[in-house]
Amino acid sequence: MALLEVKDLEVEFPLGRVTLQAIRKVSFSLEKGERLGIVGESGAGKSVAAFSILNLLSRPGRISGGEVLFEGRDISKLDNRQMRSIRGNQISMIFQDPMMTLNPVLTVATQLIECLKAHRKISDKEAWDISISKLKEVMIPSAEERMESYPHELSGGMRQRVVIAMALLTDPEIIIADEPTTALDVTIQAEIMVLMLELCKSNNVGLILITHDLAVVSQVTERILVMYAGRVVEEGRTQEVITNPKHPYTRGLLKALPQENTAGSRLNQIRGSMPSLNALPQGCAFNPRCEYANKECSQLVPKLEGHKGHSAACIHTKEIPPFNSELGKV
Amino acid sequence: MTGSSDAPLVNILNVEKTFGDGGGFLSTAQPIVNALNNVSLSIEKGDSFCLVGESGCGKSTLARTVIGLHPPTKGEIHYQGTRIDSLSAKGRQPFKRKMQMIFQNPYASLNPRMTVTQILEEPLKIHEKGMSKVALKEKVEEVMVSVGNDPAWGPRYPHEFSGGQRQRISIARALMLDPEFVVADEPISALDVSIQAQVLNVMMDAQEKRNLTYLFITHDLSIVEHFGSKVAVMYLGTVCELAEVKNLFDAPRHPYTQALLSAIPKIDGSGVNHIKMSGEVPTAMDLPSGCVFHPRCPYANERCRRDIPTLADNGNTKTACFAVEEGRV
Repeated sequence: MALLEVKDLEVEFPLGRVTLQAIRKVSFSLEKGERLGIVGESGAGKSVAAFSILNLLSRPGRISGGEVLFEGRDISKLDNRQMRSIRGNQISMIFQDPMMTLNPVLTVATQLIECLKAHRKISDKEAWDISISKLKEVMIPSAEERMESYPHELSGGMRQRVVIAMALLTDPEIIIADEPTTALDVTIQAEIMVLMLELCKSNNVGLILITHDLAVVSQVTERILVMYAGRVVEEGRTQEVITNPKHPYTRGLLKALPQENTAGSRLNQIRGSMPSLNALPQGCAFNPRCEYANKECSQLVPKLEGHKGHSAACIHTKEIPPFNSELGKV
Repeated sequence: MTGSSDAPLVNILNVEKTFGDGGGFLSTAQPIVNALNNVSLSIEKGDSFCLVGESGCGKSTLARTVIGLHPPTKGEIHYQGTRIDSLSAKGRQPFKRKMQMIFQNPYASLNPRMTVTQILEEPLKIHEKGMSKVALKEKVEEVMVSVGNDPAWGPRYPHEFSGGQRQRISIARALMLDPEFVVADEPISALDVSIQAQVLNVMMDAQEKRNLTYLFITHDLSIVEHFGSKVAVMYLGTVCELAEVKNLFDAPRHPYTQALLSAIPKIDGSGVNHIKMSGEVPTAMDLPSGCVFHPRCPYANERCRRDIPTLADNGNTKTACFAVEEGRV
């Protein structure tokens, strides 16, 4: 049994007369200690999918179908009090902007200790010691002094380290990280990614990494889900998907990256832009932008199919030539 | 690619920029931020000159200083041999139409109360007074088509468009006056991957058709390799390496450039394997003595802590580093 199993998840946002379906029939699973990447452009539904695991959807969003099984138990229907024993305890979350996550008027110590004591009956002294050890684990220099710091006194990279330490406080089974390095510089991003990778490996923590950056995903995760307009369009082992993508959208994303020996030439672009949720095209949502689309594509929604754990939601996977573009260094 | 005149298109000479002051009557002293320290660059006609560096390194300040959004504290900026930083607003007017800017966030840089047509006509109404309505309309249509926008969008407002479409509108606005020199401050970092490619292509097309020179600011090095012809790497307000793009990516010399290049996430499955720098970027309010990079540099010695290195030729690139000079890297 997988540690986390999301089955046919549906999320909708009722907005007056219209109801937007943000997530349609999304299924995925995560084994203990596994690292999964969810990739897609803004509006693809990747954050909504991850937020709905912890029931963190902002109103009026709600889970309208499917189930979220954590250790075999459906947690999508828990009430807030029951959810609190899981959220931030067994499954914790890292958000994009550490300045928004941390409370600007409380010291690091106050925030870490508060978080620990919310989940465990321990003394201040014990909480202090655990907090220090976690700060050391995320390589914060002079952790004792940093405990007394306020968030604004720390650099962006240090703040994100504090947030990671906070996510690790209760020794969770799963960490969900929503674009954890998007707000950071590239050298800091590399440091934070190495850190997260090492921490997940050494503590055997599962990771769900949400990002739009295919390169980051390829470095950190073992499996990958590609989302487009609320659906999973491709799923498989990361290396497999990156080197041999099957879905035209994934291929388009990879081809749009600047590649070696193409300097100065035009980049491959995917024409058009992602449709808005209230005007989704009939059939496959990608068909208006797809070079392989035919009549059938605009009539029925393709199923996610494949073998050996690599599947794509496209009826043309057999006709599409193998992806042999040379994705060397960036 | 040199233009008809011998002078480079834009010449930046020993520019320094500080913000804040020592305080005065009824105001507390503000700390002085040294945003740019003695920066000299020359941009030739036809260049796609890229400025890269991490946040806070002064790349946007330099761009804004060049275009005249704020004056340099010290130093000079020349445009085709004419000094422009000391000109009055009126004297600057003819240069303004030759130098245009594209901003990072197309959600903030387009006036939400103006239609696309009004946005695009505004620069012409300022610089080409008395242009006929027909000519205006034709110009707007021509530019809209050239950036891949539908001219029928004219009466619509910015909020009706997606991020990529908006950024193409702001590119169109910059092209309305047929500029020679366009400063683009992170024009694609607010956009999605598939849209980034569209916008970059539009910018490259425009350069080819209109003979533009770009000053392109970005933190994304993979874009630089694809788009740029020359590149300057900045750290804490100082240019630490200056080179042709190809040479920089083939053989970065400066220790900071090496660390920066190694931190680019690669998609080839090689995993994360970057050069670790010790410590944090110091604040520009309290610059380190000597070379600004020395507290984080693995090659730093006594001389680096004491003297400030200047850009010097080192084979294919120019570096400001004693360690490179002395062959310690």
